[in-house]
Amino acid sequence: MIVRLECDETDIERTVRYMTKTQKILARHAGLESVVPGQLIKARLDLVMGNDITAPVAISEMEKAGLDTVFDPDKIVLVMDHFTPCKDIKSAGLCTQVRKFAKTHGINNVFDVGEMGIEHVLLPEKGFTAPGEVIIGADSHTCTYGALGAFSTGVGSTDMAAGMATGLAWFKVPSAIAVRLKGRLRPGVSGKDVILHLIGLLGVDGARYQSLEFLNAEALSMDDRFTIANMAIECGAKNGIFPVDTLTLEYLKGRITRDFTDDAFGDEADYGRIVEIDLDALEPTVSKPFSPDNTALAKDLGDIKIQQVVIGSCTNGRISDLRIAADILRGRHVAKGVRCIVIPGSQDVYLQALREGLAEVFISAGCALSTPTCGPCLGGHMGILDAGERCVSTTNRNFVGRMGHTGSEVYLASPAVAAASALTGRITAPEETAQMEREGA
Amino acid sequence: MKVFRYGDNIDTDVIIPARYLNAHSPGELAAHCMEDIDPAFAKAVRPGDVIVAGENFGCGSSREHAPMAILACGVKFVIAKSFARIFYRNALNIGLTPLESPEAAAALLDGAELFSCEAGGRIKAGKTYYQAAAVPEFLRGVSEDGGLLSAIKKRGTL
Repeated sequence: MIVRLECDETDIERTVRYMTKTQKILARHAGLESVVPGQLIKARLDLVMGNDITAPVAISEMEKAGLDTVFDPDKIVLVMDHFTPCKDIKSAGLCTQVRKFAKTHGINNVFDVGEMGIEHVLLPEKGFTAPGEVIIGADSHTCTYGALGAFSTGVGSTDMAAGMATGLAWFKVPSAIAVRLKGRLRPGVSGKDVILHLIGLLGVDGARYQSLEFLNAEALSMDDRFTIANMAIECGAKNGIFPVDTLTLEYLKGRITRDFTDDAFGDEADYGRIVEIDLDALEPTVSKPFSPDNTALAKDLGDIKIQQVVIGSCTNGRISDLRIAADILRGRHVAKGVRCIVIPGSQDVYLQALREGLAEVFISAGCALSTPTCGPCLGGHMGILDAGERCVSTTNRNFVGRMGHTGSEVYLASPAVAAASALTGRITAPEETAQMEREGA
Repeated sequence: MKVFRYGDNIDTDVIIPARYLNAHSPGELAAHCMEDIDPAFAKAVRPGDVIVAGENFGCGSSREHAPMAILACGVKFVIAKSFARIFYRNALNIGLTPLESPEAAAALLDGAELFSCEAGGRIKAGKTYYQAAAVPEFLRGVSEDGGLLSAIKKRGTL
């Protein structure tokens, strides 16, 4: 269904009525009554985030340009998560640069080893992100916070620097693709399968320069919503955004005390395309090398042997992800010749996993349990692949060389598929290992 | 002026692999530019050369190290059918000119010779002149001021 907008820019009431949720947030932050797709605006920022790879470039560029003040030290968050605990001397140098900058400018929100989590797991957890806010982060998966109804998007280091100096960013107002979810997810199927399916449907540039607006989410847990919003960038989207409902408010309770504004989806918004996903029909889905849109059903893949499994990342490093994996691994052992690396997304997730006995499940099953880090997802450290090696990973990208050697391969999957595959040593749908368990194998 | 030709969806992981992101000096980035898709690039490229690609150039990670690496090789222009949005804004912010022209990119990928390309978007490939998509005025001003941060320094705000 295509809804066309005959838009007269002078007719403000009319354009307000037709704005998407994203456009309403942007208009408010630009001090405008309304905005239209394609319009270039300057928007006020509620938060600017950077990490140990991107912040050093921003800091160096700020210094080079002679910009020596920040707009608001409390609205800047620096997270040392990519190469930490530091993998080599050069990355240690990057962290030194960030710590020094934070000290100079009175930035207290610095998350270092011991307090650190993967940024997109950590920031919502610590209450830095609220509905209706505008957030930029020098990391492409900053779109994660759309799960809470915020406009959040990934930018580069220069935009981060500009944001830190001025509290502003320029944006081209995006048009939107709407996603309507029908039904409920079946057992063994999760948010990761939803987003991989959607990326397969749209293609890696199918939502380029656009928002993905999820019109309803009652069937999805908060963690599923984070996973889905997190990978909006993998179909090129500027942001992904969810409604704010009772589940969102429950999540925000105890994390956020400040006021926030929730903008409704425009009933008559100009969605160029509306995609419907029947959740009941989804099955465990994987993205084959070397593109997230190269999707297939796990059960259809045949005998694809693997040497490594990674369970974690900003996409799937939350407590419900670890619970799903642990349920499959409990009382069993990973296949011989498979290295299974489990990485809780934050200290809180790690502690919760300990309290619930999940840590013991993983270690007894022969997994390596790591401190939070982005590590292997981007081929940084903690699980680099050699030529000819294959990994099933709950991360978000499977480009050439993403996790190591250009001759290695990454299959993207849910925590359930990853855990099931760790048990068999080949890409496996969770239904198969559940069946094995029922049969006492 | 040599032209380096690539396909669709060239991601920032192949433009500058993450294993080199522990540094951000131009020289170190230039030495590994395009390494995972074209290991010969870094040695072969000369200042003034141009990269031409298909759809969605620069997709994936937000690492500004990608346009920095390309610029550090002396490449000032990337002509593509389309660009991923973060790469596009990163490039403009630091003074690498992304020229979005599906027609010019298609002709060049078909083997047409590149005679000229300008910051204004005019491209001559083979016997034809093409006009790349216009860069918004505000961003043209940024580029004239020597990049986003210099522009901010000069104007006192964004």
